[in-house]
Amino acid sequence: MSLTMIFISAILVNNIVLSQFLGICPFLGVSKKISTAAGMGAAVMFVMTISSIATWLVYYKLLAPNGLEFMSTVVFILVIASLVQMVEIILKKTTPALYQALGIYLPLITTNCAVLGVALLSIQKQFSLIYAVCFSLANAIGFTLAIILFAGLRERIDSTAYALPKAVKGTPIVLITAALLSLAFMGFSGIGK
Amino acid sequence: MKSKSLENLTRGMFKENPVFVMMLGMCPTLGVTTSMSNGLGMGLATMFVLIMSNMFISLVKNVIPAQVRIPCYIVMIASFVTIINLLMEAYLPDLHAKLGIYIPLIVVNCIILGRAEAFASKNNIFQSFLDAVGMGIGFTLALSLLGAVREILGAGSIMGWSFIGEGGYPILLFIMPPGAFLALAALIMGYNKISGASK
Amino acid sequence: MKPIKSTLFNMVTVLTIVAICSAAAIGYVYKITKAPIDDAKNGNILSAIKEIVGVFDNNPFEERTSISGSNVELYPAREKGTITSVAIKSSSDEGFGGKIELIIGILMDGTITGYKIVEQSETPGLGTKVTEPQFSNQFVGKNAYTDNFDLKKDGGEIDAVTGATISSRAVVGAVKNAVEAYNKFAGATHNEK
Repeated sequence: MSLTMIFISAILVNNIVLSQFLGICPFLGVSKKISTAAGMGAAVMFVMTISSIATWLVYYKLLAPNGLEFMSTVVFILVIASLVQMVEIILKKTTPALYQALGIYLPLITTNCAVLGVALLSIQKQFSLIYAVCFSLANAIGFTLAIILFAGLRERIDSTAYALPKAVKGTPIVLITAALLSLAFMGFSGIGK
Repeated sequence: MKSKSLENLTRGMFKENPVFVMMLGMCPTLGVTTSMSNGLGMGLATMFVLIMSNMFISLVKNVIPAQVRIPCYIVMIASFVTIINLLMEAYLPDLHAKLGIYIPLIVVNCIILGRAEAFASKNNIFQSFLDAVGMGIGFTLALSLLGAVREILGAGSIMGWSFIGEGGYPILLFIMPPGAFLALAALIMGYNKISGASK
Repeated sequence: MKPIKSTLFNMVTVLTIVAICSAAAIGYVYKITKAPIDDAKNGNILSAIKEIVGVFDNNPFEERTSISGSNVELYPAREKGTITSVAIKSSSDEGFGGKIELIIGILMDGTITGYKIVEQSETPGLGTKVTEPQFSNQFVGKNAYTDNFDLKKDGGEIDAVTGATISSRAVVGAVKNAVEAYNKFAGATHNEK
């Protein structure tokens, strides 16, 4: 598979949120406003790309040579959790402006299944390091695109919330909106063929 | 005392159902429920991890220093997840293949860490066990129900038994991704109706 | 009992003990499940091979070879020591929903005995028709040396599934990869004699 195809496939065709169902919690939880959605997207992009490098190195340089592949879930979650902590500390010390922007989203990312999911998928697909990094970046872009579009839709719906039937207020309308967005993304399948 | 146990057991099943009320563990809820058997299998696997982690964490809560409790919980949860992953791969390979990546992802299912932090770290082992069983049953029920709705509408079958026949046209949308969101929205509307009426 | 204090010593000790216990528990379960997992994995491929090539008395899985530079795998099936047919695992990334992987059986005279799709994510009810006999039976009885495996609209003999040209073309692509590998394999075994 070429690198371009990885990007097209991960961002549009097999979007990580809308068709793979990874990272649904932040997708539903942090998407009330476009600005917070964009912040979450940026933080995910940052952590997902770095953690893909770290988990790839740990898997192929540490676990695989010692026949410890079965420990990967435990090790990956620890690597991701400590990486998030480290990124938080480093950002706080070096670039306070960026920390201000991303800080509150970072702790939420440890339990974002998209990050662990993408790390496990790149191992499962036996990608090389460069492919793994591109795959993670593409999926992170896909996540950001989906969550920003979704937040845009929700802002519009909230501004007319009084017109909604009582039955769909709250969670149901959010899920119906997600369904329509997912339906729209299905139109991308078969692209580039 | 007895009524307290009963409450801990039943809380997760309906009143504080992890899926319908607390919106936790949404990734597997939407991702694997293309059939009822998948939903049931995922629910039971999660319940196993939940029971084990709740009991162990309640058992060792006093010997874990507060500052490192989250890393300790995560390691313990991840170990139980790896164990159930290996067991399923060995003895239920078909189900394991269908649930795929969602099994290792039980680690980051917010229900498990959430219950560890909110309940098991404060209560004794028996009450933690009851809480885990209740929450596990609530989660399994929600997933099976969603899986059943999607399978009936989207594939014209139930638990793999087809009632629509060879030439039938099921509403395929429901086993595709948008159908997951739609079916869950409908179920939550139904849940709100029932729980609102019982108040 | 009072909760113990968060001194550095306590924290390091507890974390180490937790990590050791966890590794020991997982290691133990890994050891007792290793044999059943291998059986289950091989059993899957073996049963697919049995379904498409019929009778054999060796373990084709243990004799598998691969063609360098591709991810095609060949499983030679023997009867009384001579190779009677070969099952070939081949894939295409050009499907509507991504990868399509199949195992195809070819007798040593080049006759195709059929294929079984082992992995696909095509549109249910449309692209998934490539797994059904109406489409797959078109390949049965064709000859790997002489026949043309293209779709009719590409100048070949295979009827595409209505409305799922891309899925059909991907299956054809995977079959052609397998046939190419078969020709190399058959040439090599011929020289051996």
